[in-house]
Amino acid sequence: MNPPFDYKPGLNFNLPVAANFAVTTDHIFIALLVLSSAVLILVLGLMFTFAVRYRAGSPLDRGTLLNKTWILEIGWTSATFLGFVALFWWGGRVFLEEFRPPPEAIKIYVVGKQWMWKAEHPGGQKEINTIHVPINQPVQLIMTSEDVIHDVGIPAFRLKRDVLPGRYENMWFTADTPGSYWLFCDQLCGSGHSLMRGQVVAMTQPDYQRWLEINGTSIGLVAEGQRLFIQFGCAGCHGGNGTVRAPSLAGLYKSPVPLSDGTTVIADEKYLKDSILFPKKQVVASFKPVMPSFDGKVSEADLEKLLAYIKSLGSEHVR
Amino acid sequence: MSTTTTVEARKVEESYLSDKFTLASWLVTYDHKRIAILYMISITFFFFAGSIAAAIIRWDLIVPEGMLKDPETYNRMFSIHGMMMVWFFLVPSIPTTLGNFLIPLMIGSRDVAFPKINLMSWYIFVIAGCVAFYATFVGGIDAGWTFYPTLSTGYSNSFIKVAAAAIFLVGFSSIASGVNFMVTIHRMRAPGMYWHRLPVFIWSHYAVSVIYVLATPMLAMTMVMLFFQRQFGVGMFDPQLGGDLVLYQHMFWFYSHPAVYIMILPGFGVISEIIPCFCHRKLFGYEFVVWSSIAIAVIGFFAWGHHMFIAGISLYSGLIFSLMSYVVAVPSAIKVFNWIGTMHKGFIRFDAPMLYALGFVLLFAIGGLTGLWLANLAADVHLHDTYFVIAHFHYIMVGGMVSALFGGLHFWWPKITGRLYPEMWGRAAALIIFLGFTMTFAPQFILGYTGMPRRYATYPPEYQVLNVLSSAGASILALGYLLPMVYLPWSLFRGPRAPANPWDATGLEWQTASPPPSVNFITTPIVTTKPYNYQEPEVLEQQRQNG
Repeated sequence: MNPPFDYKPGLNFNLPVAANFAVTTDHIFIALLVLSSAVLILVLGLMFTFAVRYRAGSPLDRGTLLNKTWILEIGWTSATFLGFVALFWWGGRVFLEEFRPPPEAIKIYVVGKQWMWKAEHPGGQKEINTIHVPINQPVQLIMTSEDVIHDVGIPAFRLKRDVLPGRYENMWFTADTPGSYWLFCDQLCGSGHSLMRGQVVAMTQPDYQRWLEINGTSIGLVAEGQRLFIQFGCAGCHGGNGTVRAPSLAGLYKSPVPLSDGTTVIADEKYLKDSILFPKKQVVASFKPVMPSFDGKVSEADLEKLLAYIKSLGSEHVR
Repeated sequence: MSTTTTVEARKVEESYLSDKFTLASWLVTYDHKRIAILYMISITFFFFAGSIAAAIIRWDLIVPEGMLKDPETYNRMFSIHGMMMVWFFLVPSIPTTLGNFLIPLMIGSRDVAFPKINLMSWYIFVIAGCVAFYATFVGGIDAGWTFYPTLSTGYSNSFIKVAAAAIFLVGFSSIASGVNFMVTIHRMRAPGMYWHRLPVFIWSHYAVSVIYVLATPMLAMTMVMLFFQRQFGVGMFDPQLGGDLVLYQHMFWFYSHPAVYIMILPGFGVISEIIPCFCHRKLFGYEFVVWSSIAIAVIGFFAWGHHMFIAGISLYSGLIFSLMSYVVAVPSAIKVFNWIGTMHKGFIRFDAPMLYALGFVLLFAIGGLTGLWLANLAADVHLHDTYFVIAHFHYIMVGGMVSALFGGLHFWWPKITGRLYPEMWGRAAALIIFLGFTMTFAPQFILGYTGMPRRYATYPPEYQVLNVLSSAGASILALGYLLPMVYLPWSLFRGPRAPANPWDATGLEWQTASPPPSVNFITTPIVTTKPYNYQEPEVLEQQRQNG
């Protein structure tokens, strides 16, 4: 695949800075570069100076040696340690932000499989090896894999996250410059690993709206999820007001669920998915484990639609 | 009676090399010095096997679309390179060769504590090496040396099980060496060789032995679980069967991160011997250098998660592992400052071992400083799994450890073989290796920062210039490695005979003949001073005036 942007042959020192975290991370890089260069120049300078001044043939009087060295030792040890703690603190703060998406972010689902990326927008628009995103608006990627571990890496945004089968990983960004940027698979995923490249296309908001309309499908993720909810027979037990055979799903997402073994879990994406694929693993208190497993019957894409539908169920929807 | 005395007298006069010349006298020897030579020949073989794979990797990456045209072959090449270099070259490199040879000599002992176990560990190593060679070269491994599931368990049609068996097996040779060294250092020191009179080389090997013994069993368990998953479908790492993918990575790095210190600590030991000798100075801050090795061995066990910041571990454990990674970097920094302190007011000579040592300090400093970049959470998110990581750990492993191995090999070559190597060629090789190395790996830092992912058989064209530069550097590096392979064997036959102490060095190993007799010391040495007791300038000056 050719690069998604114009490039000039030669040394490619200029990595685009195209999102909020690219700016904050580059500040850290500049600090690290300055600090590393300073230490390296110090080490190299001392080595070179000593090598010349104290070469064996030099008649220079060596005088007396330092005898009490522990002040020096304590000095450079604590200076190093304090510098390191500062770096740790700075990097940690940016890191925590990178993987805690704000609630208002646009949620785009990304599925990796050997060897392609599939993306699905909230309105049901699907694309392969390309993700269109608006600028100046937080975008959250909810990512999973169908087979092996992949990794969504977007160098221009300074972001990267492993994508694991059986899990949903999150990251978010606010792109700020329209353009096309590489999306690399960064985790070895088999012989097609280096071909698993795509692009992220950042567009102005009007352009993005136009793109959504051109590629829009009549039904969105939630509506498709509702259709599947009926098609797979989920509605028979979980739908309507029936709470006899199965618990109601209204307002379930992110709420605490008491389990039959006495523990409580928060109904996150992983819990919902597990409950569909392996319903006997975590049974809700006071219900019998009668639900059949849907493992192998529901594709990853369909699961996402179902999850989108379940998440959309407020407490007023079903009742 | 008199016959016995003559035989014994002859035995002490003869060197360990001239004891007997039969093949059997080598293959069933209990002499730690001969076992060290056996190890040296075997790891040289595996080093070349791994190097050939590396050469093919660099050849492939000359053009963006890949010279090999076959990504499967490319994956096999970097898997060969990783497996051979990590488990069959770097992990055993200095401890089983220089360590095996020098530990008893440096502490004034006749042999290691368990000579038969020492020989056994070599046989296990060779058998495991043959299995690994079969798995990688004949069968083929395409999942990298890290074998992450589910790629290695469900999606790879290669010889994963055989490779897992080889790694399981080679672990026993590490554990045997580790136990052997620890007991030797505890129980077999010469009279007066108190703990704080031990050379740093011994302390480093003590620290390494602790890691060998404590970490290797974890790797063995991981490999057994991997084997069971592929063979019997026991899904400990398979989310489909209720297992956990990330568990594998935790277990794997719990060994493989301390293994990084297995690979570099012996290098610290070698450098801490060479620098005082060629500066004619006592080691600056001996206690700090010693205890920083122990600190690395301990703290090194709590930093494994920095390989997994973006792998799906919780954000808070990411914070802890980042902090621990910074903490474990402090003792390494202490060492670098102390080596430079040793040069202060010294009488510095620039023979080949010292050139390697200076190269080590510089390259290790760069590798260590870029480690700070990767320990930084936000920076690591961008740099992880890119060529930046490749460059970083090659600076430590090749720029650091291989420089230390070559430096040590030249330093103790007269002691080991009884011959002097040609000094001019030694210095030339040290410079060529330094230049070739820098040209190969410095561009990879830039490649990584600009985003080029690792393990890519093909790549976007904007990365080509730096890749070509790197491949060109690799060919210079190869030349640098081939030179010692020519002049060192040459010196075995044509080199001038070495005196007992050609470098004017302290240390018990220099007090016996070169090469040492089979019994190491004819009379048990008695230690009365601290190590690195190099004479004061005035004394040296007096000696110089006298002659």
